[in-house]
Amino acid sequence: MSAVDRPAPAHEIRERFGFWWRSYAMLIKEFIQLKRDRVSFAMIVMLPVMQLLLFGYAINTTPHNLPSAVLLQEDSDLARSILKALENTAYFRFIYEVHDVDDFDNLLKSGKVLFGVEIPRGFERAVRRGDKPALLVAADATDPVAASAALGSLGMVVQTALQHDLYIGDPPAMPFEIRAHARYNPAAVSSLNIVPGLVGTILTMTMLIFTALSVTREVERGTMESLLSMPIKPVEVMFGKIIPYVLVGFVQAFLIISIGVFLFGVPVLGNLFLLALLSTLFITANLAIGYTISTVVQNQLQAMQMSMMFFLPSILLSGFMFPFAGMPAWAQYVGEGLPLTHYIRIVRAIMLKGATMQNLRFDTLALAALMLIAMTIAVTRFRRTLD
Amino acid sequence: MSGGNGIAIDVKGLSKSFGGREVVHDLSMQVKRGSIYGFLGPNGSGKTTTIRILCGLLTPDSGEGTCLGYDILRDAEKIKRQVGYMTQRFSLYQDLSVRENLEFVARLYGLRDARGAARDMIKRIGLSGREEQLAGELSGGWKQRLALGACTLPNPQLLLLDEPTAGVDPKARRDFWNEIHALAADGLTVLVSTHYMDEAERCHEIAYIAYGHLLAHGTVDEVIAKSALTTYTVTGEDLNSLTAQLTGKPGIDMVAPFGTSLHVSGRDVAALESSIAPWREKASLHWQKSAPSLEDVFIELMGRSKDNFQ
Repeated sequence: MSAVDRPAPAHEIRERFGFWWRSYAMLIKEFIQLKRDRVSFAMIVMLPVMQLLLFGYAINTTPHNLPSAVLLQEDSDLARSILKALENTAYFRFIYEVHDVDDFDNLLKSGKVLFGVEIPRGFERAVRRGDKPALLVAADATDPVAASAALGSLGMVVQTALQHDLYIGDPPAMPFEIRAHARYNPAAVSSLNIVPGLVGTILTMTMLIFTALSVTREVERGTMESLLSMPIKPVEVMFGKIIPYVLVGFVQAFLIISIGVFLFGVPVLGNLFLLALLSTLFITANLAIGYTISTVVQNQLQAMQMSMMFFLPSILLSGFMFPFAGMPAWAQYVGEGLPLTHYIRIVRAIMLKGATMQNLRFDTLALAALMLIAMTIAVTRFRRTLD
Repeated sequence: MSGGNGIAIDVKGLSKSFGGREVVHDLSMQVKRGSIYGFLGPNGSGKTTTIRILCGLLTPDSGEGTCLGYDILRDAEKIKRQVGYMTQRFSLYQDLSVRENLEFVARLYGLRDARGAARDMIKRIGLSGREEQLAGELSGGWKQRLALGACTLPNPQLLLLDEPTAGVDPKARRDFWNEIHALAADGLTVLVSTHYMDEAERCHEIAYIAYGHLLAHGTVDEVIAKSALTTYTVTGEDLNSLTAQLTGKPGIDMVAPFGTSLHVSGRDVAALESSIAPWREKASLHWQKSAPSLEDVFIELMGRSKDNFQ
């Protein structure tokens, strides 16, 4: 036997449930570190609030005070009424009144106005005769979202104005021609669609970055050497690093949805518990992906870059920015591989349509699968040595 | 315990390369249980790499052996439970307090009463009153104590200390070594790498490693005896020019100034003595034959290994 026997240890060692105790040790450590990191801690709250207010208010796709011009080729009461009605909507602000076609074209071309209305000669007479003349509308379509929304609202606004202000024959029939209608979103409230999408987008961004930096930070600070020399397994490190941020993600989701409900009046038609449950799944999937990134990269800069590489397609291809169905097939395939795509469907369906688990089976399974794939890669990629 | 024939570390033929450069070459060593084994050698000689191989942080390219009776290639996880590794660079969490760091380690090793174990260790390493101070705010000496506390907390069988006293003041260094001896007296095996000769002399056994090769090992006396080095200590005037004149003469392997004296050493006594003969008679110089110090031996070994490997 050994030359000298070591004295019995003063403190007893647990033999059972080692997995849970080691994960717990890691988790406590991560919590303390997060608590000490004041800036990160503040960002947990600041980021969603700021983003939501930006998207909700500033980046409002509903047109508002669009600089507009009118080409007036006939100075009639009807023309004045239409212009007045348009201005009253607050969508348009007529800052130019021109009588020459070239001036009109130049205003649009130079970007001084985004919108132009042309009232042709003999317009009023044609309306009264029932000839259905065209009210010509030109929009600067370089910002398609603003233009199309404004165009969409135009027809309805004009019709309303005519009904109230005019003394013409039979109001129900459209006295002139404007094609665009905003039939399915009469109020054109973009926050209704954006808030649910934002829950997913903000969570993707913050969760990804939190864990993407976690392992590389340990390597860069030199603490990984100690950690690896201790009897902790890759799965335990991963659990310990992911669980604190599940709570963080939960706080963020709660914040965003609360602001959405109370400030923007977004409804939550579905089950809140189901929403919380599936949000947890989504948060964990993102944390697992972030963690996978952190096991692949060499330093924190690379971790940030790689997170962005994942984040951008998430925003563009998930249906958050552009309608999913409108994308080409290959983009849809890529989109299906992103957790955000599935979560945006889930969260929009629950909040706006009151969907149940039955409706969301496919997206839930997809999220779970993506999470498991990421975790498996992370655990196998995690280097147990310094080689 | 298996392999419990009083040997804590028993490795043969360890080699490890990084990017085509061999950092450890065919290294074999044995460390007795309960002994303090000093690991010496110049910077970049492979000390840290060897220590990392022993605790399972690196996989050797070739070689085999056991650590505490466990196979270093297959049983890395078991070895980790029994080994405390103190890294060269402070590697506890700077943004955690002293207490939180120790509790973290205690929990990782599954100590039932992590708080109690941390509290006891704080008392033992004399950090009472600083429990809530962040580790990053501690001075070098305190950091080193905390690191030692953290790696002895789970009551290991073997301590691997990688240059633990670098940048620490002499008083803290002495306290540290007293603690190491107390731990060894309890049966703990300690492998410690260092650059300090006084620390080497406090080890039961030492090994000298340069450029990945183990050049000498044994007790301090054995290493000195094996070197077969003859040393003359010269005192007197104008030693600087004497240094220049003697360097490179046949039989003179090393000329090194030590304060007001000069150590002139060589392995070939006859050649050495004939080379210094012209200066022996000078009245302004006083020559005395002396036993080589450990430092003489190491500097000579270092100089020789450079010839061989560079």
